[in-house]
Amino acid sequence: MATTTIAISGYPAAPRPFTLRLHDWVTTVDHKRLGILYILYSLIFLVLGGIEAAIMRWQLIRPHNNLVSPEVFNRMFTMHGTTMIFFVAMPMLFGFANYLVPLMIGARDMAFPRLNAFSFWMSALGGMLLYFSFLGGDGLYGAGSAPDVGWFAYAPLTAKTFSVGHSTDFWILSLLVSGIGSVGTAINIIATILCMRCPGMTLGKMPLLVWLNLTMAVLVILAVSPLTAAQIMLLVDRYVGGHFFDTQAGGSAVIWMHFFWIFGHPEVYVLVLPAFAFASEIIPVFSRKAIFGYSVMVLATVAIAFISMSVWAHHMFTVGMGAGANIFFVLSTMAIAVPTGIKIFNWLATMWGGKIHFATPMLFCIAFLFQFLVAGLTGVTLAVAPFDWQLGNSYYVVAHFHYVIVGGILFTAFAAFYYWFPKISGRMYNEALGKLHFWLFLIGFHLTFDFMHIPGLLGMPRRIYTYEPGRGWDIWNLIVTIGVAFQAAGVLVFAANLVLSYFRGRAAGNDPWDAWTLEWSTSSPPPEYNYAVVPSVRSRRPLWDLKHPEDPDWRYE
Amino acid sequence: MQMSPTNIFAPVSTPADSIFGLSIFVLVTMAAIFVVVFALLAYAVVKFRSRPGDDRREPAQIYGSTQLELAWTVIPVLIVVALFLAAARVIASVQNPPRPSGALEVIVTGHQYWWEYRYPHLNIVTANELHVPLSDPAHPSPTFLTLLSADTDHSFWVPRLAGKTDLIPNHPNQMWIDPHQTGVFVGQCAQYCGTQHAKMLLRVYVQPRDEFERWVQQQQRRASGASPGAASMRGERVFESTACVNCHVVSGTPANGRFGPDLTHLMSRDTIAAGAAPNTPQMLRLWIRNPDAIKPGSKMPAMGLSDQDVDAVATYLETLR
Repeated sequence: MATTTIAISGYPAAPRPFTLRLHDWVTTVDHKRLGILYILYSLIFLVLGGIEAAIMRWQLIRPHNNLVSPEVFNRMFTMHGTTMIFFVAMPMLFGFANYLVPLMIGARDMAFPRLNAFSFWMSALGGMLLYFSFLGGDGLYGAGSAPDVGWFAYAPLTAKTFSVGHSTDFWILSLLVSGIGSVGTAINIIATILCMRCPGMTLGKMPLLVWLNLTMAVLVILAVSPLTAAQIMLLVDRYVGGHFFDTQAGGSAVIWMHFFWIFGHPEVYVLVLPAFAFASEIIPVFSRKAIFGYSVMVLATVAIAFISMSVWAHHMFTVGMGAGANIFFVLSTMAIAVPTGIKIFNWLATMWGGKIHFATPMLFCIAFLFQFLVAGLTGVTLAVAPFDWQLGNSYYVVAHFHYVIVGGILFTAFAAFYYWFPKISGRMYNEALGKLHFWLFLIGFHLTFDFMHIPGLLGMPRRIYTYEPGRGWDIWNLIVTIGVAFQAAGVLVFAANLVLSYFRGRAAGNDPWDAWTLEWSTSSPPPEYNYAVVPSVRSRRPLWDLKHPEDPDWRYE
Repeated sequence: MQMSPTNIFAPVSTPADSIFGLSIFVLVTMAAIFVVVFALLAYAVVKFRSRPGDDRREPAQIYGSTQLELAWTVIPVLIVVALFLAAARVIASVQNPPRPSGALEVIVTGHQYWWEYRYPHLNIVTANELHVPLSDPAHPSPTFLTLLSADTDHSFWVPRLAGKTDLIPNHPNQMWIDPHQTGVFVGQCAQYCGTQHAKMLLRVYVQPRDEFERWVQQQQRRASGASPGAASMRGERVFESTACVNCHVVSGTPANGRFGPDLTHLMSRDTIAAGAAPNTPQMLRLWIRNPDAIKPGSKMPAMGLSDQDVDAVATYLETLR
């Protein structure tokens, strides 16, 4: 095992000047530094997207509120959705994949370090283009304006007729550019996993995190490509007289929906598979047991990826597709509940008979299990097409997918932050602050997203900047808005914890969790080359084998 | 929940009713699964927590179990099949309904941000307030809606009558309702359609057959037109000599624009601005003077009329019964 680092003579011991260090970061091709850049970048956008959400919730705190105009509200929900999916969730998860995958497979870097840097900077450019629209996206009257067509930008609202000025163009370009970055990173992850595993690490001995990220990367290529094609078609419509989606010239609004959702639904799994990946690493370590049903977990992952390519039109049950198509998409959508359920049961069985330690990462994972259960069940209610005719485009849907994205993905991402913070920074985080963050965020999450289901059941559609009194929605909207304050407080504690611990935390050592995967065998933070000697493995838990020579895993796998 | 006029669990029409029945089945099934899995998770978290006095030995390592994996694959598959069959039945019954000969037909056209209703066999055009007859379950007289759009995507959603169906340009859709309770049922546009999506409200008036017939006759009459009062005559002149006529129809007059709602029988409606305000003299004047005060971003422009002219136009409109 590679537990030593190499001292390189002449390596500067004194701290380098700030400009030189900045130059190092901007020009870096090191997977760990790029991973950190991705993550920091996503945290900045998390704050921006959170502010946009808070403005919406404040506006909706009571009926006929006048905090913002309808124009501003429409920009807020468009920017919030676009930001959170493309510039928070994806870069955050790509960041962790970048950082962790090479370490976990015993490699010294990604397969294509320069492509890696290129991909990151393309994504960064995409985010900047989106936010530049606040200044440069001239509307009709020359005022600065951001996109206001909704994050799925249904045609023909995006046609020149209805969306004058350039805000929609900035939206198109930002997704086009960041999409190129996403595909670049996906290719890189696939090549790295297929070609750079250390000796002994067959596909069946990879940690589950690596399997899940491999599947995620394949899905990125399949899902982002149609989105990129659709963005180009929309640009053609807007600038060179194309009629793909221009209904006034015979184009089809429905084709845009198909293009968008053949991206949009696999995208959900692009985001949730890395969340599963975190849970699949963290739950075993804090339960002190091997993951239950490894090969079934892998099969379920691949099954989810396959099925996810055939479910997109469940976003279109109200579009008038005809009974046959609706029935097909009911079945395919419900089918995905089976492998997802298998995963929940396997995590449950992993905890069963273990010795569960309630450190902050595990608390976030346990909350994730409960919340993802609810998100899955409300997902099944939405898969029932007739029920969806009532629930679709209502606040129930908004509550459902925030349960997936916040309750599922963000919770496990927080777990991942706390779990790998010692590895990335070399310091332990503050456990008390971590628990405070957990409880604040848990309360805020449930106040907001539990109660958000109810106005949907009472007929409140999404994307309305205000609503009529007397619909029975007022009290629920008030509670939902109050929850936002708790979530914001939780995130502030999280940020304070990261900053304080980075400067003041105690040294973490190589392996603070007594964990089993390869990244814990090198120093914290790992040296640039990760491993002085390339490790070789015999099982899925190489460090378990090392720590328990009398009872190694490879006897049973 | 009973108090909400848009509660999806208080159906008064067959499509909403079929969905309601199915949704209860689905929700009960989900609740049962939730209770079982929640209990298992909670039990595991409490029972298998590490305790302070524990020895430092690792628990027994268990790598999997084929029987268990099979169980939690097969049982969910069976549940999925049951839910799927139930859903398929309702889809077929709602999407392919029998169409009795007495069914009323209405063409609904979504506009930014209002609703146009045409009754092709009755020669009626109206806006924002849909009138339909009560349907007796023994002798159903359903209303079939053909859904069109003049501009962007919209969605017709009156939760107590039916699920929503989108109005998409170049993509005509169908839906139907057969309300078996009289009253006004409200809802609103459920597909983001632009700035004032929020105030594109729906009102459906379900009336007993005789009352509905009276409404039809009244809508079929020619508008009474400006009565020979000085103010309304002047109002009609102002109306017909400004851009009002480019967007609005008053049948039997030069006003024949199609961009905005038909005003021929404006005074027969309870609301203006697609339900955003009650149809009162003050609101009507405010709406003409400054539409943004009621519905910012609406496509109705402020015409910049003098106070006298606003009052005259409103007086004229008040004669359109």
